[in-house]
Amino acid sequence: MELAYKHPKSLKSIQTKYCPGCGHGVIHRIIAEVIDEMGLQNKAIITNPVGCSVWADLYFDFDSVQPAHGRTPAASTGIKRMLPDHLVICYQGDGDLAAIGTAEIIHAANRGEKFTTIFVNNAIYGMTGGQMAPTTLVGQHATTAPEGRDPILAGMGYPIRVCELLATLEGTKYLARGAVNNAVNTRKTKNYIRKAFEAQMRGEGFTMVEILSQCPTNWQMTSLESVEWLEKNMIAFYQLGEIKNTLSAPATAQAH
Amino acid sequence: MTEKTFMAGFGGQGIISLGQLWVYSAMKEGLKVTFFPFYGAEKRGGIARASVIVSSDEIKSPLVTSADSVVVMNQDSVEIAEKVCKKGGTILVNSSLVKTDPARPDARIVHVPCNDIALKLGDVRIANMVMMGALSKVTGAVKLDTLESVLKSFFPSSKHALITLNIAAVEEGKKAVLG
Amino acid sequence: MAEEIRLMKGNEAIGEAAVRAGCRAYFGYPITPQNELTAYMAKHMLAKGRIFIQAESEIAAINMVYGASSTGARAMTSSSSPGVSLKQEGISYLCGADLPAVIVNVARAGPGLGGISPGQGDYFQATRGGGHGDYYTIVLAPKGVQEAADLTYEAFSISEKWRVPVLVLADGLIGQMMEGVVFPEPIDPATLPRKDWAVGHVTEMHRPYNHVTSLNLEPDGLEAANRIRFERYGHIKEELVRYEEIDVDDADIVFVAYGTSARVCHGALEMARAAGMKVGLFRPITLWPFPSARLAGLAERGKRFLCVEMSMGQMVEDVRLAVNGKVPVYFYGRCGGNIPSQEEVFAEVKRLMAL
Repeated sequence: MELAYKHPKSLKSIQTKYCPGCGHGVIHRIIAEVIDEMGLQNKAIITNPVGCSVWADLYFDFDSVQPAHGRTPAASTGIKRMLPDHLVICYQGDGDLAAIGTAEIIHAANRGEKFTTIFVNNAIYGMTGGQMAPTTLVGQHATTAPEGRDPILAGMGYPIRVCELLATLEGTKYLARGAVNNAVNTRKTKNYIRKAFEAQMRGEGFTMVEILSQCPTNWQMTSLESVEWLEKNMIAFYQLGEIKNTLSAPATAQAH
Repeated sequence: MTEKTFMAGFGGQGIISLGQLWVYSAMKEGLKVTFFPFYGAEKRGGIARASVIVSSDEIKSPLVTSADSVVVMNQDSVEIAEKVCKKGGTILVNSSLVKTDPARPDARIVHVPCNDIALKLGDVRIANMVMMGALSKVTGAVKLDTLESVLKSFFPSSKHALITLNIAAVEEGKKAVLG
Repeated sequence: MAEEIRLMKGNEAIGEAAVRAGCRAYFGYPITPQNELTAYMAKHMLAKGRIFIQAESEIAAINMVYGASSTGARAMTSSSSPGVSLKQEGISYLCGADLPAVIVNVARAGPGLGGISPGQGDYFQATRGGGHGDYYTIVLAPKGVQEAADLTYEAFSISEKWRVPVLVLADGLIGQMMEGVVFPEPIDPATLPRKDWAVGHVTEMHRPYNHVTSLNLEPDGLEAANRIRFERYGHIKEELVRYEEIDVDDADIVFVAYGTSARVCHGALEMARAAGMKVGLFRPITLWPFPSARLAGLAERGKRFLCVEMSMGQMVEDVRLAVNGKVPVYFYGRCGGNIPSQEEVFAEVKRLMAL
């Protein structure tokens, strides 16, 4: 009898440094599953960002490149242009993508760079210890927003909806937002990733899957509280689904 | 042989093409060359100046700070010519536009009515070519006998019809400084 | 077959040399006085089906180089002083990840936005690493258009050999000046071997997965990596030092100058020799590794040195370190975009001769 649910080949069988309840582990797993299903382990290259997932190269069992904070899309550009037949995954957090690397993501997207960005949005800076992120919700507490994010009096600005922002750019072909707070959302997210990867391998243009992810440690919650908080607060603000899909969508992509 | 020339005029007078064609021809004649245009933030107008050196030896400093010859294409460039010309050097003046001679009694001042000659040939834009002919004749540094092939590679083929006119301008420039 | 001599601007000659060296990817951002180089690469790289990107910033450009270089491809960026400052983060990462790259600085006068005229005020930045952390880059300083082309061409193989980025430090005069140049033979990038340290082509390379990174959070691990890199720096110092000497043997005073300043000093040397003065010229071609041992040797022979720079005095510190107080080291500098004339340098050496 064949084992139907097994550990993906593209993910090493080791314990991660991620906190209990963190979304990165699930996200890593579904990425690895899609790579395995597409048979691309030997053609996959991930750029792992500065942030909690800077260690992604310890967990993913394929080639990786670790660039400077926020420059992940620029480095992915260089890699994908040199290796157009490889699967290049630009893994980014909200600080990396929506703060220090805003210019890089907008221009990579606008050029229609043919890699896939996996944008993990947990509305907080994880590794540095709970500072406010560009995607922190209004009123949400952070070490640098001790009274909660206050866009007006404290001039802290508003949370950025990255998919919607990038959707106006003609180079973007597929922008979807998923979540990993429950099994249903995780399955949908995996499907978005698969669509994006397939579109990349067809060379269609810029593809990105934003994934709402929980950070119980820095949100100062239990794991269970954090998935509920994400459901109630983040999904209410960051609409799930395919925000933009102008793919040619051949049969293979629709089969999944 | 080393001839260090300082070329000065205003933007649009063809100082840069003059300098480039001068060194291009010199290179074809087997000489070492450097051409350094003083670049500014403006893309059009303003001053145009260049340090131009042709030599049978390796060229040391590419900056012309003590010029054997100076080309003065407009009135505003007279002052710089007075400063940069070496003792006993030569100053070629575009006498169509320059009405006061540089105050350098030690220097040889050569008047070339570049604009007038160019207009007579039918196009004021070739005043720089007239000056190049004069510079060749006066200094003897570059003979310009490969000019036709130089112009062929310098101009895009759409402008090859102008080559005859340019060569005529150079010849007129040479004639203008005879004797 | 020898190639024909061509009349070209330094900026364009650097571009052509890079294309011929098998550069597969160029990433740049507009800045004066190196714009002709970016435009040249746009025209010629795209025509050859290679990669050219006008990046959104200098920072993006150097990180695109980082990505391209991670795949083992010959990659390059160029800029001028303020833009090279922006690239420093990426250069530090390239060094930390032991990636080759070619970076051209057609330097202008600073600090800040400064001016667009030629300058040599980036010497410290170029030779001391420039970004954060313990590292060096190899620095090559051409004196004219031919050498700019030759050194750029060679920079790619030097960088690959040592897995250290190579900085070609020119200035606005070398970039804008036209001189005759003969180019080396073109290399077809498809003929260059794949790198076993690079990412991509795992199956064809029969290797384990590679991770290109500068991250090492274990102090002992990071120290070990740095020590290995510094051992390599030691070998570079033994093998790569280059300089040119003119009339040094009998000289009482030796100019020390690189790039454009060295050309000016050569002119001043001729004037001095014509006046019967024993003056020589020592021109470092590698600014890092610096030819310290040779200068120390000349100091042993009692030579005095006059360092001439288009700055307030930067390389002079390396000259002083090299001679270690044994002989006087004088300095003459112009800055702000001014290039010293050979006449004023001659006047200075004449004054020092009388001391």
